[in-house]
Amino acid sequence: MKVLVTGASGLLGREVAGLLVRRGHEVSTFQRRPSGVDGAADRCGSLTDDAAVAAAVQGAEAIIHLAAKVSFTGSAGEFEAINVQGTRRLILAAREAGVRDLVFVSSPSVANSGAAIAGLGAEPADPERAHGDYARTKAQAELQALAADGPDFRGAAVRPHVVWGPGDTQLVERVLARAARNRLPLLDAGAALIDTTYVDNAAAGIVAALDRMGFIHGRALVVTNGEPRPVGELIAGICAAGGVPAPSWSVPGTLARAAGMVVEKAWPRLGQQDEPPMTRFLAEQLSTAHWFDQRETQRLLDWTPAVSIDEGLERLAEYYGRGTVRAVSGR
Amino acid sequence: MIVDWPGVNAEWSREIDVPSTSGVDAPGTVRRWHLLDNGEELARRGLVPRGTLLCVHGNPTWSYLWRSLLAAGSDPAHPWRVVAVDQLDMGFSERTGSFRRLADRINDLGDLIDALDLAGPVVSVGHDWGGVVSLGWALAHRDRLAGVVLTNTAVHQPAGSSIPAALRLALHPAVHRWGTTTTGTFLRVTHSLAHPALPADIRNAYMAPYRGASRRAGVGNFVADIPVDASHPSFAALTGVAEGLRSLEVPALMLWGPRDPIFSDRYLKDLLTRLPHADVHRYEGAGHLVAEDRDIATPVFDWLATNVTRAGDSAVAKSSPAAGDGFTPLWARLTELAAGPDAGGRAVVEMAPDGTVARSLTWQQLEESVNRLAAGLRKTGVGTGSRVSLMVPPGVDLTVALYACLRLGAVVVVADAGLGTQGLSRAVKGATPDVLIGIDKALAAARALGWAARRISVRDLPAGQRRLLGVETSLAALARTGAGNAGAAPSFTPAAGSPAAVLFTSGSTGPAKGVQYTHGQLAAMRDTVAGTFGIKPGDRLVAGFAPFALLGPALGAVSVTPAMDVTAPRTLTAHALAAAAAAIDATVVFASPAALRNVVASQAGLTPEGAAALKRVDLLLSAGAPVPEPLLDEVQRLLPAASLHTPYGMTEALPVTDISLEQIKAAAADAGSGTVPGAGNGVCVGRPVHGARIAVIPLAADGTAPGTEPVTDAGVTGEILVSAPHVKDGYDRLWLTDQASAGPAGWHRTGDVGHFDAEGRLWVEGRLAHIITAPGAVVTPVGAERAIETLDSVSMAAIVGVGPAGTQAIAAVVETLPPVRKAGPASPGLAGKVRQAALAAGVSVSAVLVVPAQPTDIRHNAKIDRSRLSRWASSVLAGGRPGKP
Repeated sequence: MKVLVTGASGLLGREVAGLLVRRGHEVSTFQRRPSGVDGAADRCGSLTDDAAVAAAVQGAEAIIHLAAKVSFTGSAGEFEAINVQGTRRLILAAREAGVRDLVFVSSPSVANSGAAIAGLGAEPADPERAHGDYARTKAQAELQALAADGPDFRGAAVRPHVVWGPGDTQLVERVLARAARNRLPLLDAGAALIDTTYVDNAAAGIVAALDRMGFIHGRALVVTNGEPRPVGELIAGICAAGGVPAPSWSVPGTLARAAGMVVEKAWPRLGQQDEPPMTRFLAEQLSTAHWFDQRETQRLLDWTPAVSIDEGLERLAEYYGRGTVRAVSGR
Repeated sequence: MIVDWPGVNAEWSREIDVPSTSGVDAPGTVRRWHLLDNGEELARRGLVPRGTLLCVHGNPTWSYLWRSLLAAGSDPAHPWRVVAVDQLDMGFSERTGSFRRLADRINDLGDLIDALDLAGPVVSVGHDWGGVVSLGWALAHRDRLAGVVLTNTAVHQPAGSSIPAALRLALHPAVHRWGTTTTGTFLRVTHSLAHPALPADIRNAYMAPYRGASRRAGVGNFVADIPVDASHPSFAALTGVAEGLRSLEVPALMLWGPRDPIFSDRYLKDLLTRLPHADVHRYEGAGHLVAEDRDIATPVFDWLATNVTRAGDSAVAKSSPAAGDGFTPLWARLTELAAGPDAGGRAVVEMAPDGTVARSLTWQQLEESVNRLAAGLRKTGVGTGSRVSLMVPPGVDLTVALYACLRLGAVVVVADAGLGTQGLSRAVKGATPDVLIGIDKALAAARALGWAARRISVRDLPAGQRRLLGVETSLAALARTGAGNAGAAPSFTPAAGSPAAVLFTSGSTGPAKGVQYTHGQLAAMRDTVAGTFGIKPGDRLVAGFAPFALLGPALGAVSVTPAMDVTAPRTLTAHALAAAAAAIDATVVFASPAALRNVVASQAGLTPEGAAALKRVDLLLSAGAPVPEPLLDEVQRLLPAASLHTPYGMTEALPVTDISLEQIKAAAADAGSGTVPGAGNGVCVGRPVHGARIAVIPLAADGTAPGTEPVTDAGVTGEILVSAPHVKDGYDRLWLTDQASAGPAGWHRTGDVGHFDAEGRLWVEGRLAHIITAPGAVVTPVGAERAIETLDSVSMAAIVGVGPAGTQAIAAVVETLPPVRKAGPASPGLAGKVRQAALAAGVSVSAVLVVPAQPTDIRHNAKIDRSRLSRWASSVLAGGRPGKP
C-alpha cells in the first residue's frame, strides 16, 4: 500500500515510517526537514503550504498524520495554523486526491479537563475543556478528522499516551535535563499512576490502526503500554537509564499547578527564551492519574504491546551507554 | 396540582372523594384524598398485578416516601399495584379542620380502601406512626391481608423505658405548636435525619404539601395524638393494635434504620416479641427515613416473591422447635462428671498474674454454681428466649454465666472488646440484650454508651457504685438467691432448634454481624472439635482463645484460663501460658495467632518448670487467622511434643478445615514442586473437619460467584461453601445478609474464595469482596501477598485493585521492616522487588505503596481491611496526597 506519513522526522513518526517500510509498504513522508527514514521517499514542506500539501498526498492510498506543533510554548496562532488549519488542509487535499484512509495521531489530552483519569476509555475530544493551546488545537483537529469519516473516506484517531524511548526529546530529554540540574520535583511524592507508551508499541498500534480501519473508522482510541506506573517511579527509571540522579524533592501538586499557571504566563515576559521550569500542563501531567482502559483498543486493533516498560527502560539504558554518568546539556 | 416531584410519575397522582364513617366527622361527610397509585399505569400497560401494597406514611412525610415502591411495582418482572395514601390533613389530602385521633385514622384508611375497590390480596406497608395506622387497618381486615411490611415504627412504649428525648421535646407544650405547626421546624428536622443528606429537590418535594402554617395543622395534631401514657385518648386504640399483633400470623418484613433518635432498636425489639416470625433487616448506618437511605424496593419485592402469594395461603408455618429431639445438650458432660467419681476433681481453673491459681471449681462445684445462678437469673425474670449479653473475661465467672444462661434457655450474646468501642456498641445496641452481665468496665461502657439493658455486675458492688452504674444485682447475689430457691436444675429442655447464642464476627469486612446459633449447632460444634482433634474427658486444656475456651466443660475437659488481658490476645506471655499449663498438667493448648507471636517473643521469661510443662503438651490449636509457618516452627521448639494444628473457620462455622504443621510443610513442598495439580496460590488450610463438607462455586469473569453448582475440581477457584451440622442458623436481624449467605440447599456461602488441589486440600485465596478484575484476569490477593511477604524487607502485604471493575490496576500495599513513618509510594528499589515477587506468583502489579501499619482487625491483628486500602490507594494513585490509609 502507498502510505504517506506526515511528521516522520519526530521520534514516533520516524518509527511509524520505518515500520511501514519494513512491512513492505511504499512509504513517502512529509515534514519540514528530511526524515532520514531508510526506504521512505521524503518530501519536505509545511502544512501551512497548500501546494506542498497537495503535492504530498498525490498517489497515496492512506495517510498517517503525525505532523503537529508539539510544545509547551509558542503562540496560540502557531498552534492553530499548524494543528487545526494544517489538518484541515491535509484532509481536503487527501479527499481531492482520492486517498481512502486517514489515521490521525492524536493525544489523550484532547479529552482531558485536568481531572484524574483512572481506567477510562477514549472520551470524546473536547476543545472547550482541554487545557492549553496544544491540547485544544489537537482536539479541534481530531474532531475534523473524525467528522471527515464517511462512505468514500475513512478517518480514525489514535491517541498514544506519553510516548517515550531512545532519542525522545519530548519526555526523556526533558526529564534528564531537569533532573540533572535538580530542577525536577516530584509532585505529591510522585504517586500519581500514569500510563505511558514505549515508542515501538505506539508505532505498532498506529500501523495496526491502518490495518483495522474497517473496524475503527469514525472513532478515537487511546493507545498505551497498558502498564500504569506511579509517575515518580517512571521518572526514576528514566533517570537511572540516563545516568542522572532521580528527583529527591517533592512539592504538593496543588501548589505546583498554581505555580505552573503563574510561571507559564510570566516566563516569556521575563525575557526568558527557554522553557519555563514548571507549567500548568506539566504540573497536571505529573500530579494526576492518567491511565486508560485498553481492553477495547486491544480488541479492535487486534494488537498488544510487544515491549514492556521494563524492557523499554533497558533499551533506554543501552542507548545512553548503560547508566554511565553523563553531562546533560542544559537547554 | 402540578406534579413535578422528582421520582414520581405524574400518572400516579390522583384524588378521590370518600364518604367518611369516622367518629370525628358528621354523618354524610365526604373527604377528598390524594394518593400515589400505579393502578392506571399497570392497566394501561396491560400488567396484571399480583396484589396491592397499601403504603401508609407517618408524620410529617407523605406518600412521596414510597415512590421507589411505586416504580418497582410497575416493573413487568413483578407487577404489584402500589397505593400510597396521603393521610387526611397530611400531604395533598384534604385539610379537614378536625382533630383526627388514631382510631379515626385507622377508620379513615378503611373508608378509603373500601372506596378504592381493590382486587386480590393486600400487603400493608407502614412507616413511623403510619405503621400503627397500617397495622390497625390490617388487623381489622385479616380476610384480605397477605402480609405486613414495617419500617421504623412502634406500637408500644416498652415497660421501663422512657419516651425518646426528641419526642418529649416535640410534645413539650412550650415547643409543640411552634415547632410543628407555626414553623416548619419539625418537618425540617425530620428531613435532616436522612443519611446521607437529601438533595435539595427531594427536600423540596417533601416540603411541598406543608407550605404555610394552615397546611401544617395535621402535623401538630399527629404529634399531639401520641399516647404518652394510659390517660391519653388514643391509648386504648394503640394498645388494641399492639395486642392484636400477637395473633397476626401473616408473613411480616421489618426494614429498619437504627440511626433513629425516635424509633430506635428498642421498638424493633418490642415488635419482634409481638411478631416473632418476622423477617428483619437492620441497615447499619441508615436512619429514620430508611426508605430514602437505602433501596428498600428490591428487598420488599424479593420478599413478596418468596413469602406472599395469595391471601390465606401465605400464613406462616413456622413450627416451634419440639423439645428433646435427639441430641445431647452442651452441658451433658458437665452434669455427668459432677455426678461421677471425678466430681471432686478440678473442672475450671483461673490463673493469677503471679502464676498461681486464682480460683478453681470442681466439677461438682461448677455444676452447682451453674444451677444456682440459673435459678437466680430465672427469679429475676431471665427466661427462655431472653437475650443476655456476657461481657466477662474468660474464666470461672464467664463459664458459670454461660452455662447458666444456656440451661435457662436464655440466648447469650457474645460481643468482645476486639470489635473496638464503636463496633462493640453498635453490636450490643443492635442485638438488644435484655440483660447485660459485665465486669465494671463493661457496665461503665453500658452506661456511657446508652446500652438499654438491665445490668448485672460480676462482683458485689458498693451501693453508691451500683446506683452510678445502674446495676440491679450481682452474679454473687443471684447465686445466693438461687441457692435459697434450691429447686434443683431449671426445667428447660432445649430442642436442637432452640436459639442459644449470638456471636459477633470480627468486623474486618464491614460492621460486625451477629451470628445466631441453636443449641443443636453448639452441640455439633462440640462434637466436631472432639471428633477432629480427639479431645475427650480427662484432657486438660489451656484456654487462651475464647470461642473454644467455653467448650472445655462441654468436652468434659479440665480447662484453665491463663492470666492475660483478654482485650488484647497479644499480651499472653510465655510465662503465663506455661504457668497455666503447669497448673493442670495440660495436654492441649488453644491460643490465637497473635498470642502465639507474643509467647515466642517472650520465651526468655520461661522458668525451667514452665518450659517443662510446655514440653508435655501434645496438641496445640491456633485459629482465627492464618499462622505463618516460621512462627509455627518457633512454637514447635517450645512445644516439641505437640502436634500443631491451625484450623480454618469463621464465626459462622467453627471450624471448617484442619491442617497440621507437617501438612503445611508438605503442601508448601507440593506447591513448590508443581507435582500436585492445584497446589499453590493461597494459604493451604487442609481438609474438612469431622462432619463437614466443603465445595466451591466457580468464579465468573466479573469476579462474582453466580453459579449454583458446587464443585471440588482441583484448581477451580470459587467462593468456598461449607455444609456441616455446626454451621450457623442465620444472621441476627440481617435478612438480606441471610439471603445472600444461603448457597444451594444446605450450603453456607463463606464469602472466602479458594480452590482445591488434586489431593483434596483447600487453598484459601482471599475474600470474594476483595477480588480484583484486571483486564482479562480475575485476581485473588493471597497468593501474591504471600509471595511478597517472603521478601526480607516486607512484614505484611496486601494486594488491592484501583479503577473501574474489569480494567482495574493492581496495587501492592506493604508494611515494611522496619516500618516507614509516612505512607506513600515505595522507593523504586523496593517497588521493583515487590513487583517481581508478585509477578512470580502470576500477578502484574502497577504500583507499590508503603504504609506505616496495615489496617487490620482488632481481634486478630491479622485480617487486612483490603476494601479500605483499595479506597485509600485509589485516592493516592489518582494524585491525591497520601494521608493515612
